Amino acid sequence: MIEFQLNGRAVALAVDPSTPLLWALRDHLAMTGTKFGCGEALCGACTVHLDGAAIRSCVTPLSAVAGKKVQTIEAMQDDMIGRAVQKAWIEHDVVQCGYCQSGQIMSAVSLLKAHPHPSEADIVGAMSGNLCRCGTYQRIKAAIQAAAAELAA
Amino acid sequence: MRYEALMQRLAHHALPGEDEPNNGGAALSRREFLKLSAGSAFALGLFTLPQVAHAAGGGQALKPNEMPDAFIAVRTDGGVVIQVNRLEFGQGVYTALPMLLAEEFDADWAHVEPQLAPAGNAYKDPYMGMQMTGGSMSVKNSWLQYRDLGARARAMFVAAAARRWGVSPASCRTQDSQVLGPDGQRAPYGELAAAAMQEAVPDQVALKVPADFTLIGKPTRRLDSPAKVSGREQYGLDVHLPGMKTVLLAKPPVFGARLGRWDAAAARRVVGVADVFPVQLDRGASGLAVVAEGFWPAQQGRRALQVEWDTSGVEKVDSARQLAHYRELAGTPGLVARADDVSALGQAAHRLHAEYEFPYLAHAPMEVLNCTLHYSGERCEIWVGTQFQTMDQLAVAKVLGLKPEQVVIHTQMAGGGFGRRAVPTSDYMVEAAWVAKGWRQAGHVEPIKVMWTREDDLHGGYYRSAYLHRVDIGFNGSGRILGWKHTVVGQSIVAGTSMAPFLMKGGIDHLVVEGIVDTPYRLPMHLEVHQPEVNVPVLWWRSVGNTHTAYVMETLVDELAQQSGIDTVAYRKQLMQGRHPRHAAALDLAVSQSGYGRRTLPKNHAWGVAVHEAFGSVVAYVVEAALENGQPRLLRATAGVHCNLAVNPLTVRAQIEGAALMALSTTLPGNAITLKDGVVQQDNFDTYAIARMNVMPEIDVHIVPSADPPMGMGEPGLPPLAPAYANAIARLTGRRLRRLPFDLS
Repeated sequence: MIEFQLNGRAVALAVDPSTPLLWALRDHLAMTGTKFGCGEALCGACTVHLDGAAIRSCVTPLSAVAGKKVQTIEAMQDDMIGRAVQKAWIEHDVVQCGYCQSGQIMSAVSLLKAHPHPSEADIVGAMSGNLCRCGTYQRIKAAIQAAAAELAA
Repeated sequence: MRYEALMQRLAHHALPGEDEPNNGGAALSRREFLKLSAGSAFALGLFTLPQVAHAAGGGQALKPNEMPDAFIAVRTDGGVVIQVNRLEFGQGVYTALPMLLAEEFDADWAHVEPQLAPAGNAYKDPYMGMQMTGGSMSVKNSWLQYRDLGARARAMFVAAAARRWGVSPASCRTQDSQVLGPDGQRAPYGELAAAAMQEAVPDQVALKVPADFTLIGKPTRRLDSPAKVSGREQYGLDVHLPGMKTVLLAKPPVFGARLGRWDAAAARRVVGVADVFPVQLDRGASGLAVVAEGFWPAQQGRRALQVEWDTSGVEKVDSARQLAHYRELAGTPGLVARADDVSALGQAAHRLHAEYEFPYLAHAPMEVLNCTLHYSGERCEIWVGTQFQTMDQLAVAKVLGLKPEQVVIHTQMAGGGFGRRAVPTSDYMVEAAWVAKGWRQAGHVEPIKVMWTREDDLHGGYYRSAYLHRVDIGFNGSGRILGWKHTVVGQSIVAGTSMAPFLMKGGIDHLVVEGIVDTPYRLPMHLEVHQPEVNVPVLWWRSVGNTHTAYVMETLVDELAQQSGIDTVAYRKQLMQGRHPRHAAALDLAVSQSGYGRRTLPKNHAWGVAVHEAFGSVVAYVVEAALENGQPRLLRATAGVHCNLAVNPLTVRAQIEGAALMALSTTLPGNAITLKDGVVQQDNFDTYAIARMNVMPEIDVHIVPSADPPMGMGEPGLPPLAPAYANAIARLTGRRLRRLPFDLS
């Protein structure tokens, strides 16, 4: 039995501890907002926060999550920075297919938590691990800058 | 023949009897629809027979028919539910098609709710006769249909209100989902919905003129954003049904190879693995299906399989050998696709010889392919994000021995596609159907989700074909082209499929030569084609033939301009001889907005220019590139776009940004699928490179104003970007890059 905190709720799962957190979320907890894109920590679609840090849930075994706090895209509307980022995403019409955007938003929120006033280089550095095949990067960058500005206001 | 005309012929021929509108088929029944939109009091469905639309020059003679409520429902609370008959996979139809309908309906945009339509006869493209998304055709082909639907529905609400008030319909106006009467009366659509349903569907309606549009042409934010930024959006891969199992397929390493000896004992021991059984696969191959309680046990089970593959009798393609073979072919006579007189070539003062190489490319949409099925023996219900509902429905029905109407397809939001979800063979859906059949034969009843991993995706074929071009041009000192001999070598996309008879003419696949054979430049061309058969499945890939033809044409024209000492923009106009005003307008806009010719660039920076028409839209790029530590970098791209009326300028902008990035990916080292001994060498995003934010240029999009009927924008932004970038690199380095991806080492 592996216990951890998911979006503020205690959860306990009796599954193979080698199961990646991604599949525990998607297959066992029906939390499908976190996406599968590569399974090798190469695309960032599965990004979640583990004790506040952005991690790739597709290569993070459940055993590494025991006793820790996990936050997913589903919790971002209850997070001040998460809300600001989601709002900026909508205002900048960022999404296209949208499949990578949960991961993009989780990476962006993590960036803004660590760097409330990110430089352009900070943004590029933090976001280059998240692939978007639709090519929404320009609007992602603008949305992050807008969210940072709004949070500073 | 134009792409669309070809596709149209194909659709009518390939699907005999399928364009009967009222045969029920798998169309949404009225009851099902009402269940979908509880509280609906008004619902309307009209659709066009292709031949009717054509006879009338494109949809003016639309007739109401017996198919009920297929497209629009108005709830008593005022919600306007609009069925979108295309796949939404990023291109924006989920917003654009409702805009068309809402414009004529005068719906309150804040209460418009799109839904993705299931497979059904009502949802076939009115011009193509099949339900599909592709060829940048969605907005273009829905332009009259969706507006007509909105206008007819509006007339019924006006009639209902006029009857209630005892006034003439002509004295009423509509706005924001309300009918306004001549004496200040006001009735919201929701309140009128039941009465409107009793009104006759009008035979004739007048559509608005562009000057009266209030929604069409206005930058409009996407309606799918809230769900997509919150994780609430359900994609195909997110479908979950009670009892559902996850399936991974063990496929042979070489296309078309077969399952040899196998042992699944270890796989079956993995906790959560429910079953392992042999399954027929695409292209005559066979493999094993691993069925499990979720992805992780399926993955572990698949890894634990002991399998020997029988690769005898299948070609084992090797990229290096293939290139050598293509070079040999280019030196032999091919099929003639264009035969202008090029006899003056021999007398030309200057010659330009060039050979270009393009690799296989994977579409690599972020959401891997997947298909969820619930097969009961008499019925198969499917949840899938597909671009080709009609063909897939037929293909699955054939595998399962069902009638097409026994196959119900619930169209799911898709995480990209770029052509990979429009497969003439329905490869991944047919394989999923074979799994469903085997699963049922083994005595199981639960629904299954057949999914791919990224490795499966990159190994899975249906790539943009590899091509070799060889060109010999003779020109004189003033840049006049005396002869242009051009040979293309590469696989046909449609040869061997049911589409071959319709997309191929004289043995030549139009999709191999589009963008050359129809070049806007006035030049005498002799074009030959070789289409070798190769054991690598290929497919259309965003902008199809234009992915390589535009690169060749636009880099060569730039080179000719440079060698002739003529400005590259002026040279293009000279070659077009004033016959292509939309090209000129797009080019002029990109030039003026970029500052090309006016602004002096810093040292080690250079301009690059290209223009290309695809799917009826013209896109010109003026780019600025630089050399950083000896490596090129694309800094800025200014796009001039002529797509006629831009229905949603925000979407046009997004499509250009995205297409430019996808084109930039094709230039990056590592953006190639290569094979050795029949085995694909790329496994995941570490070996198949995709553009990341750190290489993103600034992209600036400008649209030529127009009120003409809109053309598509899903693909046209892609072809001219890579050649524009290559042209800038040539100015920077003196090197003409003739191989993609770029290699400046």
